Amino acid sequence: MRRWTLLLVGAIPAVFLAYFFVYPLVTILYTGLVAEGRFATSAFREILVSPSIRGVAWFTLWQALLSTVLTVALGLPAAYVFARYRFPGRSVLRSLTLVPFVLPTMVVGVAFLAVLGPGSPFGVNLRGTIWAILIAHVFYNLAIVIRGVGAFWEQIDPHIEEAARTLGAGAWRVFRHVTLPLLRPAILSSAALIFLFSFTSFGVILVLGDLRHATLEVEIWRQATAFLRLDLASALAILQLVGVTVLLIVYGKARDRRAAELPLRPPSETARTPRTWGEWAVVVSTLGMLGIVVVTPLAVLVGRSLRADGGLALTNYANLFDPPRASALFVPPVDAIVNTLRFAIPAVLIASGIGMLAAVVIVRARGRSGRVFDSVLMLPLGTSAVTIGFGFLVALDEPIDLRASLLLIPVAHALVAIPFVVRSTVPVMESIQHRLREAAAVLGASPRQAWREVDLPLVARALAVAAMFAFAISVGEFGATSFIARPATATIPVAIFRLLSRPGTFGEAMAMSVVLMSITAVAALGIEGVRGSRSGGV
Amino acid sequence: MKHGRPVVLLIALALTVAACGSDEAASSEVVLMTHGSFAVSEGVLEAFTDETGVSVTVLEAGDAGAMVNQAILTKDNPVADVLYGIDNTFLSRAQDEDLFVPYRSPALDRVSRDLHVPGDAVTPVDVGYVCVNIDLMELERRNITAPSNLADLTDPTYGGTFVVEDPTTSSPGLAFLLATISRFGEDGAYPWQAYWKDLVANDALIVPGWEQAYYGEFSGGSGEGDRPIVVSYATSPVAEVYFSDLATAPTAIVDDGCFLQIEYAGILRGTEAEPAARHLVDFLLSTTFQNDIPLNMFVYPVNEDAQLPAVFLEHAVYPNEPVVMDPATIDGNRERWLAEWAAAVR
Repeated sequence: MRRWTLLLVGAIPAVFLAYFFVYPLVTILYTGLVAEGRFATSAFREILVSPSIRGVAWFTLWQALLSTVLTVALGLPAAYVFARYRFPGRSVLRSLTLVPFVLPTMVVGVAFLAVLGPGSPFGVNLRGTIWAILIAHVFYNLAIVIRGVGAFWEQIDPHIEEAARTLGAGAWRVFRHVTLPLLRPAILSSAALIFLFSFTSFGVILVLGDLRHATLEVEIWRQATAFLRLDLASALAILQLVGVTVLLIVYGKARDRRAAELPLRPPSETARTPRTWGEWAVVVSTLGMLGIVVVTPLAVLVGRSLRADGGLALTNYANLFDPPRASALFVPPVDAIVNTLRFAIPAVLIASGIGMLAAVVIVRARGRSGRVFDSVLMLPLGTSAVTIGFGFLVALDEPIDLRASLLLIPVAHALVAIPFVVRSTVPVMESIQHRLREAAAVLGASPRQAWREVDLPLVARALAVAAMFAFAISVGEFGATSFIARPATATIPVAIFRLLSRPGTFGEAMAMSVVLMSITAVAALGIEGVRGSRSGGV
Repeated sequence: MKHGRPVVLLIALALTVAACGSDEAASSEVVLMTHGSFAVSEGVLEAFTDETGVSVTVLEAGDAGAMVNQAILTKDNPVADVLYGIDNTFLSRAQDEDLFVPYRSPALDRVSRDLHVPGDAVTPVDVGYVCVNIDLMELERRNITAPSNLADLTDPTYGGTFVVEDPTTSSPGLAFLLATISRFGEDGAYPWQAYWKDLVANDALIVPGWEQAYYGEFSGGSGEGDRPIVVSYATSPVAEVYFSDLATAPTAIVDDGCFLQIEYAGILRGTEAEPAARHLVDFLLSTTFQNDIPLNMFVYPVNEDAQLPAVFLEHAVYPNEPVVMDPATIDGNRERWLAEWAAAVR
């Protein structure tokens, strides 16, 4: 690809990011920190000398690191099992792991308190402890490892590992010296995404933490909305941004060690039924872990939604579809589903389009500019949602007033989803780079032809995973949606929030949450199906 | 580059659609910015349109604090024409920022003078009370008499029974804090900070939001928890009756230290549709809208001609001596009080 074409392709995601992220961010920070032409250095002094802010910053960092390590440690075996083995219920279970991703924190809080709170069936009370927060972060983010690493793992040729084993290496040595280096880029990518999510964690901390636990994100929100101290909120947002930037630099350096280029195989050729007792033991114990961490809280929610009239009944669902009270608080589920999809589909399209263009540029423009671009695209994930939300308001009034535009909702969702598209497509693209040139040279095929015939299907699979996350991000998102919502466009999470904000409609809120879970599971299964049929053709 | 074109088109299309959308804001439309708890029955806003020819676009702007911030940040070029739902805990701040064009609605004559704002910068539309709620059955089961005032809650009898919202993250939490400040004072022998220390020592649970407190920890009504005393609203027992088809309320309020929350509507300075905005404020005070308030937002109408629905007449309680606090006092002390509260409970 010629240099100017590359620049042109890169311009689209760059302009998108500049207009919908950098510009609003800079404007709101300026508004918060510069009063009557003077820079409020006092805000920085205030946060730097405050021991409680130092505590918050430290807590934000270590809980994010610990959450990331825990999630990756638990996610890798699961990613392995899903990538390498075929067993009954595999697609359904893999689809279920995506469901936590969309659930509102309020609802998850209810489930977690039931499982891990004072009345826990496991006999542990973790309410208000760091463990509740960490387990919730694992619950939410496990899918990132299972999908992100799994999508790559299932395309690694098992023959490579088998060859090493034939040469006398034990299972651990094969993993440590053969598999792990191959997976490294995918693991780093997933870890970076999980870190950013946990670093900016908000709802989980509020719902499951107690007074001693606050992240910078919670503190920014508190300063902005309770104390009305926009200067402190802005200074904290800058502190948060610095933290994220440092992480991204570290991540960029770690990733710089060149990704190994290897021939990728379609997943249908790499997975098989477990053969030995040992293999079955690995599969069963991993599924048991998923059962405890993911399935139990989901089952609790389903159970609560069915509890009515002093027993088990479908009353809550019936009330959703045919509300006994004519209150406008109730959003009919069908309307809520339609509204949700009206935002989710454009969000997926924008994120996929912009993300793919960005990925092409990152892969082709090897070297510094590509890396910097890659990192900048991930910044929105690590930036306070409150800050960007207010940024939209102060920045996007000219030349076209977009501040109250519903377009901002899918755009805000896409900002969060783009890193997923980039992260899942770049490693695949990088490892096929080499082969692309080889194919062109040896077989005499044009690079374009090789790309279309061989590599596009591989990239498409990676894109399907990313699209699924983009969908889940949009479907479950509450903050931006409630920020610029209208009653007529209430999505499922907004409907759940309304049901939860009044006494007497708790059961209906649980039923609506189950509707949300079902939609996500069905969409994930659908994409799973598309991927399956495609890989069959390769 | 073949992948580029569809995206460019998509963005161009989206921007065009958005541009067309914002052009509609002519004088035949008025934009009402409100908080996420806003609700109105079908046909009510349409009645306004039929009457005046002006259509209403409702813009929900998050919770109360987020909404006030949005209004302040956009004051040079407001997104909406009328703001509804700002309460007495945020009012003073908004007035400092000079957000509103004063307007005295003729309908204000039917509203108690106590609720009027000097200079009529904003118009009162509804009132509510943040009150301590109790689970009648659970207290009876435990053989505990109902607390009769806030001071009772520090008595060992009520140890481990009370759940309250964090005032730095929750609006009822802030209201309850203000109520305790008003009841116990700042300087006496037993100031409010000492009261909160005793509450915590008596194993009161502090949670971030109303949802966690009421649904997660409260044992009464539709609550899922095991604590029989919670900070909620004076109308919560009414909502329990209304949504659960019960004959009597399973919960009740403690009639002491109920904090009066007044919600106002104001015309945003910089609006290009001031006449229509005035009509809308008049409409918010009309009996059409006021009658619709109770069952949608579970607060009380302010218009004396408004009719309360049967379930309110039967089960709603107006607290006897609610805590009424001057907005300027709240705004002047908010930051200090919240910081002192955090120090007291930690």
